[in-house]
Amino acid sequence: MNDGILSQILDYANRANPYPLYEELRKTPVFHDGTGPYVISTYHDIQSLLHDPRLSSDSRNLAATAGDPLAEGEGEEAMALPPSFLKLDPPEHDRLRRMTNRPFGPPHSPRRVDSMRGGLKDIVTGLIDNLGDPGRIDLVDQFAYPFPVTMICQLLGVPREDEARFHVWADTLAASLDPDPDADPAERQRATHDSRMELGMYLAGLIEERRKNPGDDMLSQLAVGHGPDESMSTMELLSTAALLLIAGHETTVNLITNGMLTLLRNPDVLRQLREEPALAVPLVEELLRFEPPVQLLPQRTPLVDIEVRGITIPKGSSMWLILASGNRDPARFEDADRFDPHRKDIQHLGLGSGIHSCFGAPLARLEAQLALSELARRLENPRLLEDPPPYRRNAVLRGPRHLRITCDGIRP
Amino acid sequence: MPDTALEQLKRSGRIVVVGASLAGLRAAETMREKGFAGSLTLIGDEPYEPYDRPPLSKSVLLGRADADRTLLPRRRALDAEWRLGVPADGLDMAARTVRLADGDTVPYDRLLIATGVRARPWPNEAEGELDGVFTLRTRDDGAALARALAAGPRRVLVIGAGFTGSEIASACRERGLEVTVAERGDGPLVGALGGVIGAVAAELQREHGVDLRTGIMVTGLEGDATGRVRAAHLSDGTTLECDVVVVSLGAQRNTEWLTGSGLGAGPRGIACDAGCRAFDIRGIVTDDIYVAGDVARSPHALFGYQFLSLEHWGNAVAQAETAAHNMLSESTERRPHLWVPAFWSSQFGVNIKSVGVPSMGTEIMIAQGSRAERRFTGVYGYQGRVIGAVTFDNSRWLQFYEQQIEATAPFPLPFTTVDRRSDGHKPMPADFPDPSVPTHGPTITLSGYSPADRRITFTPAGH
Amino acid sequence: MRLVVDLNRCQGYAQCAFLAPDVFAMHGDEGLLYDPQAEAAQRERVAQAAAACPVQAILVDELDLAAAGEAPDA
Repeated sequence: MNDGILSQILDYANRANPYPLYEELRKTPVFHDGTGPYVISTYHDIQSLLHDPRLSSDSRNLAATAGDPLAEGEGEEAMALPPSFLKLDPPEHDRLRRMTNRPFGPPHSPRRVDSMRGGLKDIVTGLIDNLGDPGRIDLVDQFAYPFPVTMICQLLGVPREDEARFHVWADTLAASLDPDPDADPAERQRATHDSRMELGMYLAGLIEERRKNPGDDMLSQLAVGHGPDESMSTMELLSTAALLLIAGHETTVNLITNGMLTLLRNPDVLRQLREEPALAVPLVEELLRFEPPVQLLPQRTPLVDIEVRGITIPKGSSMWLILASGNRDPARFEDADRFDPHRKDIQHLGLGSGIHSCFGAPLARLEAQLALSELARRLENPRLLEDPPPYRRNAVLRGPRHLRITCDGIRP
Repeated sequence: MPDTALEQLKRSGRIVVVGASLAGLRAAETMREKGFAGSLTLIGDEPYEPYDRPPLSKSVLLGRADADRTLLPRRRALDAEWRLGVPADGLDMAARTVRLADGDTVPYDRLLIATGVRARPWPNEAEGELDGVFTLRTRDDGAALARALAAGPRRVLVIGAGFTGSEIASACRERGLEVTVAERGDGPLVGALGGVIGAVAAELQREHGVDLRTGIMVTGLEGDATGRVRAAHLSDGTTLECDVVVVSLGAQRNTEWLTGSGLGAGPRGIACDAGCRAFDIRGIVTDDIYVAGDVARSPHALFGYQFLSLEHWGNAVAQAETAAHNMLSESTERRPHLWVPAFWSSQFGVNIKSVGVPSMGTEIMIAQGSRAERRFTGVYGYQGRVIGAVTFDNSRWLQFYEQQIEATAPFPLPFTTVDRRSDGHKPMPADFPDPSVPTHGPTITLSGYSPADRRITFTPAGH
Repeated sequence: MRLVVDLNRCQGYAQCAFLAPDVFAMHGDEGLLYDPQAEAAQRERVAQAAAACPVQAILVDELDLAAAGEAPDA
């Protein structure tokens, strides 16, 4: 009865609302169509499997990828870099993530993120000030894209004069994750390849420069390292920088855009947020449950045959964990399809769980809280110009490609 | 709604909670949440509102928090009568009254006993009263010890390398103080986690500059002319100069006040059924007296129905909630307390967590990570099944092993995992000390199958 | 304001230590130390930390929260 449900989920026609498909999928909690991946869709199963040490995140443990429509090299593989810690298991994962965390968060850098609050606010203020004609705003191009890229430039220590070039590379890479079927594939591939090379060369140069003259930015501190066991090779550093760039960028843009879309569809909540900016805190958590920017994790594989709900998943199989479906599981969340920032119990899967839980989570939270509360405060009577908006093609990193809105004015 | 006895109790009954710490507070809050509108009295021997104890051996000793600022947050307003600073000293089960040390009696319709444990004192009373000799259990203890450490003593001696003793030693080193740890057993934490893990804990202590001495006993403490401790005598014949001594020999259950009451209470705690109802000394379950927290011992299905007492924060909360629920429910609505034991400790920068009952384990295997890196998961086996697990800086995997315990999964683990190292494939003896030899605070005590501690004489009726 | 962290639930995700570094601190890679009675000035950051905790292990005093709704920080 479920034949073709995975193709339906991947089908662009269903991008605007995949949730009924997930609901269908949850009726077969371990779904397998014979050739494709094993698909897990209920909250408790996903939660368990994210903490199951028999599951690997390293695609080299996959027996075959033939049947998995999402198993294709992209991002850092295509840059001929070693896998980033996202796609590694312990102990390598732990070592690289720990080193990356050292200049980013506690225990060694407990105040880095907290100290970025002011800078983030300035970026948001600047972007809103420059929205131009309030009657016609594309919130994606004019706000949600530039915000995280500017933030990452500051975090990594990309000099201000290089930011414009950096934005171009980041945009091209983003586009490669979400190919436009109408564009010439050869041309697109060439552009992507070129910008990857250029970005790689640029970052390698920046790393060399920072090794000689370290600043207090994250890249400098990663480049300098900390003793023989706590230093990254240049290649590892490039993988890590690419991961931070892509992950920090592609997810936040969706979180902010999904958030604004959800608010515009729930004007009472938008009004509450305007009157009470502190609501942004629980609101973003509910958003991570309701419209998570990463819909599913397509790269897990068991190291041995495992049993889930009585079904054996053979060693080396490809598995998808549908986080967005678990978040709407009525067995876990009451009234799961309702957006309710006042919900008491929001232990969502929106940022994953276990050792691979989102590295940039605290930043993503602050960015989204600031962005949404400022947009709510400053946009006067905002309305959607189209609903649903056009979506990006990507089924994993799901979000609107454009979010065209209009408002009566922009408050100071 | 029929006006049942239960409805009357909920509307206008009298509930008394003896013990105003974590379990007592959470139970009282749960009763109000369940709509109990009658009178609620909390009796506590300390003069303070309920406070949290774990920070006392961690943040407080590190100077990151004050001992008098660890009051527990409230889930809701309680509207209770507080009798603080007055211990209960007797129970009349027939009259349904609790007697207080000041002579007052407090009547109850339902009683919850959550009197917990206290620090085991130094066996020589005069030596224990020397200035500079401490135990650590209460807020006053924590404040006094924190002051003593802040004064910069030349050497601290910690007697007993259980969790609390090890945490105190860790705090001393972090403050740059010289510290000696004297432990009867072969290593720190051996009572709770066995010799294999004890060896890791020992290396951890020595790496951090602790003067760890194992297989040794402190035979006496010596004071100077002013009554200040100046030295300790050890069983190897040596003498150690020290100006602060912390006695960390585990805990004693606060049950003396129940002596002669007829309740099944003794040094091993108060026996209760899975629904937290106390047994009397005849092994018959009472209707109106419930037990929760460190002072309770109750049978657990996962561990052969042995009576288990747990000095665990999470157990206190969970058992209090279950007891409160059951106190206000018809018998068919009652729930069993089936908490899987779990605890944590933080020492020398390592987060140690455990689930299940490691001390029942006869074997251990390192399922993930490496002992040398102090980052691993150890799994304990007992009679071919998984019975417990411990993690050092590996806590995100622990819930998986908890599920293995609940599912009585086979041991040794028949599967591989991420981060399985070559030394992790083979089980080895877990190396727990002989249970007949006392250790320092295993924190989980298995105490057999008998609900009543005292033997009773069978006297046939009518003779 | 009073708070307590259920350290059985805590898995060291450190969100609290990122968001309210004056109240929560990581001790090593995974251990958490915190001030059980945070200053009133930390209220907003503590609320952020509690909301962000991936295992919902932070309990903030209900009475403090209720009081916060009625009056500004004393």
